[in-house]
Amino acid sequence: MGRYLARRLLQFIPVVVGTMFLLHYMTMLSIQFGGDPIRALFGDNPPPAQVIEAMRARFGLDNGCLEQKGNPCVGIFWDRMLQYLQFDFGINFRGREITDLVGERWPVTLRLTLIAIIFETIVGVILGVMAGLRKDKFVDNFVRFSTTLLIAFPTFVFGVIIQVLVALALGDWIKAQDYFPTWFKAMFTPVFLSDYPWLSLVIPGLVLGAFSLAAIARLTRTSLIENLRSDYVRTARAKGLAQRRVIGVHTLRNSLIPVVTYIGIDVGTLLGGALVTERIFNIPGVGGLVFQSVTQKDSTVVIAVVTMLTLVFLTANLIVDVFYAVLDPRIRYE
Amino acid sequence: MSDPAMSLQEGPPAEQTEPAKDANRSLWGDAWYELKRNPIFWVASTMAIFVILLAVFPFLWTNADPSTCRLANSREKPSADHWFGYTFQGCDMWAKVVYGASKSLAVAALATTFTTIIGITMGTLAGFFPGWVDTIISRVTDIFFGLPFLLGAVVFLQLFQIRNVWTITTVLTLLGWTTLTRIMRGSVLSTKNKDYVDAARALGATNGHIVFKHILPNAIAPVFVLSTIALGGYIGAEATLTFLGVGFQQPNTTWGLLIQEGQPYALQGDPHLLVIPCAFVVVTVLAFILLGDALRDALDPRNR
Amino acid sequence: MTETTIESKRGTENEVLANLPWDANAPLLEVDNLQVEFHTRDGVAKAINGVSFTLDAGETLGILGESGCGKSVTAQAIMGILDIPPAKITGGSIKLNGVDLLQLDEKTRRHVRANKIAIIFQDALSALNPVFTVGWQLAELYRKHSGASRAQAKAKAVDLLKLVRIPAAEQRVNAFPHQFSGGMRQRVMIAMALALEPDIIIADEPTTALDVTVQAQVMQLLADLQKSQNMGLILITHDMGVVADVVDKITVMYAGDAVERADVYQIYERPAHPYTKALLESIPRVDMKGQELAAIKGLPPPLTQLPPGCSFQPRCRFAKDRCTTEDPPLYDVPGNRKSACHYWEEVFNS
Ligand SMILES: Nc1ncnc2c1ncn2[C@@H]1O[C@H](COP(=O)(O)OP(=O)(O)OP(=O)(O)O)[C@@H](O)[C@H]1O
Ligand SMILES: [Mg+2]
Repeated sequence: MGRYLARRLLQFIPVVVGTMFLLHYMTMLSIQFGGDPIRALFGDNPPPAQVIEAMRARFGLDNGCLEQKGNPCVGIFWDRMLQYLQFDFGINFRGREITDLVGERWPVTLRLTLIAIIFETIVGVILGVMAGLRKDKFVDNFVRFSTTLLIAFPTFVFGVIIQVLVALALGDWIKAQDYFPTWFKAMFTPVFLSDYPWLSLVIPGLVLGAFSLAAIARLTRTSLIENLRSDYVRTARAKGLAQRRVIGVHTLRNSLIPVVTYIGIDVGTLLGGALVTERIFNIPGVGGLVFQSVTQKDSTVVIAVVTMLTLVFLTANLIVDVFYAVLDPRIRYE
Repeated sequence: MSDPAMSLQEGPPAEQTEPAKDANRSLWGDAWYELKRNPIFWVASTMAIFVILLAVFPFLWTNADPSTCRLANSREKPSADHWFGYTFQGCDMWAKVVYGASKSLAVAALATTFTTIIGITMGTLAGFFPGWVDTIISRVTDIFFGLPFLLGAVVFLQLFQIRNVWTITTVLTLLGWTTLTRIMRGSVLSTKNKDYVDAARALGATNGHIVFKHILPNAIAPVFVLSTIALGGYIGAEATLTFLGVGFQQPNTTWGLLIQEGQPYALQGDPHLLVIPCAFVVVTVLAFILLGDALRDALDPRNR
Repeated sequence: MTETTIESKRGTENEVLANLPWDANAPLLEVDNLQVEFHTRDGVAKAINGVSFTLDAGETLGILGESGCGKSVTAQAIMGILDIPPAKITGGSIKLNGVDLLQLDEKTRRHVRANKIAIIFQDALSALNPVFTVGWQLAELYRKHSGASRAQAKAKAVDLLKLVRIPAAEQRVNAFPHQFSGGMRQRVMIAMALALEPDIIIADEPTTALDVTVQAQVMQLLADLQKSQNMGLILITHDMGVVADVVDKITVMYAGDAVERADVYQIYERPAHPYTKALLESIPRVDMKGQELAAIKGLPPPLTQLPPGCSFQPRCRFAKDRCTTEDPPLYDVPGNRKSACHYWEEVFNS
């Protein structure tokens, strides 16, 4: 295990640096080819040239290499990395520390993604197991049909429709009934309520997790069916074990290994999806911050926040890989 | 949404167990035989062809001009004359949806083509040449993979002042090629060790001959399955990006823009402004997912 | 867990089995006219069409035949671990000391497995669960069948590993299957089969996945243990060479039929079925070096479309018109043997 961990950590560092550089280089290219974000900020109505110059200097955009198309601007990258190491992610166009902005908002996004992960994993695995155990029966066909349909809904489409249907139509009806407690009504609101920091995130969380739920259900199903055919499951039956144990202990654990890997990758999907969900339901989280900054053309914030989220994603993957090794000894002893 | 293709990947790529000589022919021949018998394939193809026809020949489907709008008609509900009603600006919704197909589909088709080409090339190189070629390609793939799809797309696209089919396609391609590369690499690796490849090598075939005659035809199946599904995924991705304000901009007509525009009015009691463009996105994505699924089932000998 | 609970648990387990109407005078295992079908997309595959044999305690029966002739299906039918569907047992009986296993409900049947009949599979690497230690997988049998505590079960697992001659058993018990060599893994499988001291062990090609040198060791181990514990052993193989020194009697299978039954020396001396004869001729012998092997020409028929009459007839050099129309019954052959060939005398005397 120790050797595996060491090797995994050694791989982690170049990937982090590489991904950071990729993000940086593509940003540089976009600026070099797409134009100056400061000028874009003001649109048709630019302030005096000195003001623009001053702002450029302040956001490190006065560097000459931004004029040379294709130049990777390694110097800028180096400075940025050093700043990131000191938890300095810069300031937004209004002069606020980006770390402060994120600090205020990340608990909301964390709650949202937690709800999504818990929901998608539990329901997804249960559906997948039910379908896999009854291959080609009604349950299986139903799960396959509904997950295919769910996957066809991009998160934002699903979100806006759920918002109209559940949070508004059903929500209005629920609000009109006296016998529902307030907390229950809070669950069916189309927006975030700071008095109900968990409950008002339930529906957005379900929306966020819906796509991955379908993917997890399908993955669990295939993997379970595959494992049910395996030789070691046949051995377990030959050992005279009860069917429940054959499936619960000998099949399920092996079948969940790919699901665990998927959940690691899925953190990336969810962080991206949080952008969409938080915009739809007006949730003041990190995704909402990105969206707001996109609207205000505050690209410094967008880049900094996405950098942080990418780091979160890479770290989550690292943790999942460790967990993976715990589940699968073949990896651990490689 | 994440990289659409990846989320749908299930289990290892299809193993080909067919014997040496006519492995390719029987693989694809059998697949076609299976496809023909699958009703889902026909339903999905019909849906896909319908959308493609909308995109390529919009004028065949409507006389109305999507850009002649009269504010008097604003938010008019669907009626017998105009089944789909009018948009906020008073444009004919049907005409808007018909003309909106082309840009969405163009982006998706281009991104699929490019990612597939890159994926097949890089995956084959990495799988066929172990050693430094494989190492470099795999590490670069890891790095691109480290950037979550939607987050990456938002960062890059928001930096462009003008966004058109090409900018969006470029960004989707840059972020989307990794999955196909990985799949192709795995598939090539498993095909490479098949007996018929060894046999060809023993007979002194050149690398090029082995790759093009023996490996590619057999290893490419899982990539096609995933590309088909990804095409639907890119339609969803483009609409998502547009909805977030980093995709197409007004005065273009695309499904994503129609949804973005319709969302606030749906909340105020005009659901058709939202539901109709959403339905088009969903049906299109669904068509390609079902096509890919049908193709996978047909190509996967384990299901026979 | 205390001794008493172990006893009581063991008691309930044994009760299930003890309550069955065992007949001490009946043969240990008697398979009669077993028939198994597979319902596949290509139609119904008749994998087993009336296989019969008996086995007594301390005896070794070899089941021989080409790949795909239904040896493993027979073994799995006896164990009761066929996947139903696609499999379906359409006829016959499998009697263990007079009790027809096919009539038992799944709950009772489950106790027969491992307690009464155990199986060793061909490929030990895939037959062992990759995510549990070898010791855990062995101990599980004691924990679930005899109610032993974890510690007790583990101690027994170490004993088992010693029994199958695995060196440093105390340490190896904590290792995972992939950390063992092929031969060692197959020994673990043997240990697993022996754990609950069953009356019968079925070994389904236990050595095909191993190196030749290791094969002999594993075979020897299996034979020794069988003799010392007086078990019945069914040895499945497609290699005539392997069986010669180990087995007492042989059942030869072809395309789902048991085509010949006899003692091993009888078969080697004078086969009474053309297929057995052909099999024997295909064994490479030292004195035949340099000569061409008399391999059997052609392939077995597809099980979904068995030809009318004798299924070996298309490949048979003794075949006559009658063979294409009339399915041969099992003829009695002198020496208490059986042969499913109309012209067995011709083969016998050739
Ligand atoms: N799950 C299944 N579905 C369909 N057909 C099956 C299945 N399992 C076995 N069969 C069929 O039953 C026949 C007998 O198979 P079996 O595994 O018993 O062969 P075998 O004699 O053990 O061969 P080998 O020496 O290769 O192990 C085969 O022809 C196979 O096609
Ligand atoms: Mg077998």
